[in-house]
Amino acid sequence: MLETSAADGVLALGWLLVAVPLASAVVLLVGGRRTDPIGHILGTLAPLVSFVIGVVMFVALLGREEAERGAGQRLFTWIDVGGFSVDMGVRFDQLSALFVLLITGVGSLIHIYSIGYMAHDPNRRRFFAFLNLFVAAMLTLVLADDYLVLFLGWEGVGLASYLLIGFWQERWSAAVAAKKAFVVNRVGDLGMALGVMLMFATFGTSSFAGVAAGMPATSDLVATVLGLLLLLAAAGKSAQVPLQSWLLDAMEGPTPVSALIHAATMVTAGVYLVVRSGYVYAQSEIASTAVVIVGLVTLLVGATIGCAKDDIKKVLAGSTMSQIGYMMLAAGLGPAGYAFAIFHLLTHGFFKANMFLGAGSVMHAMDDDVDMRHYGALSRAMPVTFATFAMGYLAIIGFPGFSGFWSKDRIIEAAFADNIVVGLGALLGAGITAFYMTRLMLMTFFSQRRWEDGVKPHESPLSMTGPLVVLAALSVVGGVLILGGWIVDWLEPLTGPEPEHAFGFPAWLMTVAVTVVVIAGVGVAWALFGARPVERVPRARVSPVTRAARRDLYGDALNETVFMRPGQRLTRSLVQVDDRGIDGSVTGLAALVSGTSGQARRTQTGYVRSYALAMLAGALLVVLSLLAVTLT
Amino acid sequence: MSLPRLVSAVSFPWLTVLGALPLAGAVLLAVLPRRTGAEAAKLVGFGVALLTLVLALIMLTRFEVGEGGFQLVEQYEWISAIGATYSLGVDGIGLTLILLTTILSPVVLLASWRDGHEGRWSVNAYVAWMLALEGLAIGVFAATDVFLFYVLFEATLIPVYFLIGGFGGPRRSYAAVKFLLFSLFGGLLMLASVIGLYVVSARAGDPSYLLTTLRELPMQEWTGRLLFLGFFVAFAIKAPMWPVHTWLPDAAAQATPGTSVLLVSVLDKVGTFGMIRFCLQLFPEASQWASPVVIALAVFSVLYGALLAVGQDDIRRLVAYTSVSHFGFIVLGIFAFTTQSGSGSTFYMFNHGLSTAALFLLTGFLVARHGSPFISDFGGVQKVAPVLAGLLLVAGLSSLSLPGLSPFVSEFLVLAGTFTTSVTAAVLATLGIVLAALYILLMYQRTMTGPLRADNERIRDLRAFEVLALAPVFLLIVGLGFYPQPMLDVINPAVATVYEQVGVSDPVPDVPVTTAEEVP
Repeated sequence: MLETSAADGVLALGWLLVAVPLASAVVLLVGGRRTDPIGHILGTLAPLVSFVIGVVMFVALLGREEAERGAGQRLFTWIDVGGFSVDMGVRFDQLSALFVLLITGVGSLIHIYSIGYMAHDPNRRRFFAFLNLFVAAMLTLVLADDYLVLFLGWEGVGLASYLLIGFWQERWSAAVAAKKAFVVNRVGDLGMALGVMLMFATFGTSSFAGVAAGMPATSDLVATVLGLLLLLAAAGKSAQVPLQSWLLDAMEGPTPVSALIHAATMVTAGVYLVVRSGYVYAQSEIASTAVVIVGLVTLLVGATIGCAKDDIKKVLAGSTMSQIGYMMLAAGLGPAGYAFAIFHLLTHGFFKANMFLGAGSVMHAMDDDVDMRHYGALSRAMPVTFATFAMGYLAIIGFPGFSGFWSKDRIIEAAFADNIVVGLGALLGAGITAFYMTRLMLMTFFSQRRWEDGVKPHESPLSMTGPLVVLAALSVVGGVLILGGWIVDWLEPLTGPEPEHAFGFPAWLMTVAVTVVVIAGVGVAWALFGARPVERVPRARVSPVTRAARRDLYGDALNETVFMRPGQRLTRSLVQVDDRGIDGSVTGLAALVSGTSGQARRTQTGYVRSYALAMLAGALLVVLSLLAVTLT
Repeated sequence: MSLPRLVSAVSFPWLTVLGALPLAGAVLLAVLPRRTGAEAAKLVGFGVALLTLVLALIMLTRFEVGEGGFQLVEQYEWISAIGATYSLGVDGIGLTLILLTTILSPVVLLASWRDGHEGRWSVNAYVAWMLALEGLAIGVFAATDVFLFYVLFEATLIPVYFLIGGFGGPRRSYAAVKFLLFSLFGGLLMLASVIGLYVVSARAGDPSYLLTTLRELPMQEWTGRLLFLGFFVAFAIKAPMWPVHTWLPDAAAQATPGTSVLLVSVLDKVGTFGMIRFCLQLFPEASQWASPVVIALAVFSVLYGALLAVGQDDIRRLVAYTSVSHFGFIVLGIFAFTTQSGSGSTFYMFNHGLSTAALFLLTGFLVARHGSPFISDFGGVQKVAPVLAGLLLVAGLSSLSLPGLSPFVSEFLVLAGTFTTSVTAAVLATLGIVLAALYILLMYQRTMTGPLRADNERIRDLRAFEVLALAPVFLLIVGLGFYPQPMLDVINPAVATVYEQVGVSDPVPDVPVTTAEEVP
């Protein structure tokens, strides 16, 4: 299943994919202010070069026989101690190829967009350096063929995310959000680190091929534990319940960051991990069920939060959590869902990046105001942004023919085939999605103008609208990937054959059901935000559900009560104990032993100092005289 | 084993010369007339340290990588009455630490160019004590005779005592005496064990302090265990482990940054180095007997040090407590008895030396610029000192073991190796990675980010020579993060040899996978 064949010809260029953006990041960071004038140029060229290489390699992969499509290349030995050996290698196969195209393709568009978006920022060069660092780390993550190398990319993207969330670090909120993201991700990384340790203890290796080969012979317990550990890691990176809380705060970062890292690529790494580790989940019913549950819960939680937010980026963030919940759910279904999880991941990458950049364009026009209650009727002022955003909107709610329609429908279908409750949950999620996205559209582009007089909404420059147009087009036509079942067949050698549907009712009925639910969601939103004026100030008297959703369903409150405050109390009291108790008793004991209990507490007096010196001198004298005696 | 007058595989006494060079430099500085000035003293000091480094690098080429035993051996008769020999030699472990010492000494001397002026004595003395410390540390890492080791081990206290007590902050006397009392107490216990070893060895026939001879000595169960404890406690104080760690935060808070680096990055390694060299090799039975307790203490140190670091306001005490946590990892790896964890621990000693040096020096620059060591007195410094902030972040990331930086490799090896023999210990210690993220990023957030405080506006960014001094440290941290194998190749055979002597072997995987070399 995971054998690789030699990466020859252009397929041997895999390392360049990573090296180019990495080199650019190093040049821009070490070069400092001197490289300011070329920062955005070099920074944008780097992912473009990687994209071109990626396309060439992808074409080469298409030209290979199906059995030969896992191209492996060993670069050098990273770590080799005793029986533990990890190679730095590049694995360019069906799955990583798709990710490479997504990361470098969407990544390049977002780099281009950032040239305009960050034009007035004095630290634009540093911004591009961090973005390049991210691209390099993300490519490492998806090109690795060993879990420890994957971990290198995994924490690398975490670092880039930290740096970019906190990019405007003179703002407290940004600095705090960045730290929170890193720390919560580290909790997830516990799962990753322990997972790799368990792999090493069980199989003596952490390479994909080694783990895959060993899995069938291992016990159910090991498989379950391993599956749950990897799920913990995935939950951290992909902002899945219970490690979801950092993503909403992460919106403190510049909007292109939200689009690239916190929507299209990094946050989907958890889905990648689960799909990549299919051989682990195949061995454990418990672990794969846990994946489904986490996905289902998150898709509903994220969607609920999205309904209550007035901050346009936070609506999109809640939506991202929710959509990744769909992917996770699909991934938990095993071979029946892997291809759809990846399919939705790709289409979501298009339409969510599109909408985030659209939101950035709106913010640009509204003097960085993010409150949708201050927007309204922007469709005329910003026609391109509006039109492209609308494409993303239609895609995410699953308007027939648009990319999201194809990908989300398949997941809901597969969910129903698995379990009626899961299916109904996924169906409900589609309705809520339609509601909050319609609400966002109405509050931003329709209804009545609510902006202040000083604000002059205007269309963004070409460097920003250009990428929007391309992403909008992809949002519309992204569904072609499933034409003739292409993506399913393409991934099949890795994910295993899709089992026959044990499905009660016909597929068209499914489509009808989804469509009805979506129309209902749109309708409710229209009734609340389209048919009547939107208030400029949110109402304080709202239902408990809305109140909870506004506060992110109390995720932060929970963390604070359960971890933060007891933790602070613990460290505070430990500091006291260490200063008084431990230090006191050890010093006291030492004093007692050396018979200076009286003076030890008055060490400042100089008395003890001279005593100690005398002791030292005495010891030296003994040694010296010993020397002198024996040498003569 | 009879004692030949001169057993030397190499004609040139590399180790003696290497250790004597900085000591000679120290003497030179002591006799240098005062009127030549502080600048001259610093130049001489830096020059000598640099020369020592060059010599160490040349010595490296004479070292046979892949051999597990002692090399560059020198052996001369010394105090035959008690069987003490002047005997030096290095294996991969000792060599690693000697390299660390010789790399960090010039770094420290260059970085502390502006320190040592407010001391009780002249700058000459400051530099001289630093060189003396370097020379003695090299000797400690090279000694293969227990008595020689003991003498050098105790002798290192003298320069440290004068460096802390003479050139530190307002409470330097207190800190210096506390350090000395703790160390002397440990030294006393070790002396008892050293004498005990003589008794055992004399009863067996010819008294000898040679490590190679003592290793073969038959020892009664409880004799070995008692002697083990004497050594272990002394090393645990030095390392420092909970609960005998409390001297370190005080010492680090009062000493100059340069002294802190030599103390924590280099000299404290004598503790963990001694555990491998003497506890494990001389008392294999006792080491295995004690390992459950030692592992428990180590894991506790990991978490305790990290929690304490989270709660500190004095930035130098914070760094000191992170070291308590990191030393916990090192001890854990040594006593987990697997080649991965042991090699990881040895490599950890090297990497911790680098990352802690960077942290102490950078926080030292920060404190010197603002005059306050308290995190709560800073805010938004990144705005006025971006280079300092950037380097502090990288140093912090290396301390929290970010993959791609060298400490990750060693920490992961420790944990992965430990996992195969003690899952509980590994899982608990792994929790430390979350706490590490907290203590580093909280500190960074509070000092460097947020709005710039008005009284922080005059903090100036790093000077060229400060960046230059730190550059090699950062290059090594990054370089060895991606390509650690050259170092591991030096370390692995030595560690494997040690564990062979202890009589432990790596557990076999449950489902061993034979990964055929399918990838070219």
